[in-house]
Amino acid sequence: MSTAWPLWEVFVRSRRGLSHTHVGSLHAPDAELALRNARDVYTRRQEGVSLWVVPSSEIVASDPGERDAFFDPADDKVYRHPTFYDVPEGVEHL
Amino acid sequence: MSFDDLLADDGRVEPRDEMPDAYRRTLIRQIAQHAHSEIIGMQPEGNWISRAPSLRRKAILMAKVQDEAGHGLYLYAAAETLGVERADLLDQLHTGRQKYSSIFNYPTLSWADVGAIGWLVDGAAIVNQVPLCRCSYGPYARAMVRVCKEESFHQRQGFEILHTLAHGTPEQHAMAQDAVDRYWWPSLMMFGPPDDSSPNSAQSMAWGIKRFSNDDLRRRFVDMTVPQAEILGLTLPDPDIRWSEERGHYDFGPIDFTELGEVIAGNGPCNRDRMAHRVGAHEAGAWVRDAATAYEAKRAARAEGAA
Ligand SMILES: [Fe+2]
Ligand SMILES: [Fe+2]
Repeated sequence: MSTAWPLWEVFVRSRRGLSHTHVGSLHAPDAELALRNARDVYTRRQEGVSLWVVPSSEIVASDPGERDAFFDPADDKVYRHPTFYDVPEGVEHL
Repeated sequence: MSFDDLLADDGRVEPRDEMPDAYRRTLIRQIAQHAHSEIIGMQPEGNWISRAPSLRRKAILMAKVQDEAGHGLYLYAAAETLGVERADLLDQLHTGRQKYSSIFNYPTLSWADVGAIGWLVDGAAIVNQVPLCRCSYGPYARAMVRVCKEESFHQRQGFEILHTLAHGTPEQHAMAQDAVDRYWWPSLMMFGPPDDSSPNSAQSMAWGIKRFSNDDLRRRFVDMTVPQAEILGLTLPDPDIRWSEERGHYDFGPIDFTELGEVIAGNGPCNRDRMAHRVGAHEAGAWVRDAATAYEAKRAARAEGAA
């Protein structure tokens, strides 16, 4: 019966001012034990000041097979980058 | 990008990418075996926690053994991204269908063995594992990065134990020497069979699962370790070890691979003990897992009743 424990994804904020980053996953019966286990497994050396655990089943991922079609609208919009523009010689602070 | 293009580009394969079945199967077998080794590896050293010679040594050893449990977890989690269940992998371990590293089938007879394991066994593991940080399968590579960060303390604490003993009383020196004598050859066997009888290596290299051959890694380990033994003031039990000016490596004597074969076949000194202990711990812990599951079911039922 214990094999049915759900999988949780673990995110750690390493210090104030940085975002939470995915570090791995673990199984736990509930959120509180998931947090405690995540603390013991992923922050044994002061790797974090904050932890998130998220049920893996709640994560919706884009399909790798559709990657090209999904992301290619950005391909032909080079004008979104500052390097696209010609700046005349001598212009500063632009 | 196709699987072949990805490998040619030295890219990383991620869980939802398409991959050949044989690649997936090979990875599952390798990562599971690696995970099993981490948790079985807790036993030989766990044997000495209650008998560590000081509180300092005891706290360090507990932290190390706890790390190994964590390594097991990182690796089981990496294996699960390939579509297998952890319970199933444990079942395969418990029924002997999957292996673990044969080094853990040797006994820890004295406190010095804890030092020898840290220095030699963790040392050899590091040499094996550092290249795996660049393995082609992303979750495995990322798990190995975490593992390698933690391993360096393991090797140092072992070296420190041996250094202290080797510079202690004659009896302590003899104890350290005895441990090194027993663990040296099995540590060299951790790199697996020689290249000319390692049939799957070429495919694993082509897949980017393996980066260096068994013999290359073994040579690297010997080159690192021989000078360290001199600093410890201990000898390695191989009269053929000497620096080869022309090869730029240490020469060493032939390894008795029939012993490795025997231990893998289940006839090492502790195979039966290790498995019995593992299965016993799993069964004895069932009530804890069941209680946690029952508690969550009760909480969920209450939450539903309240809603
Ligand atoms: Fe480990
Ligand atoms: Fe270790």
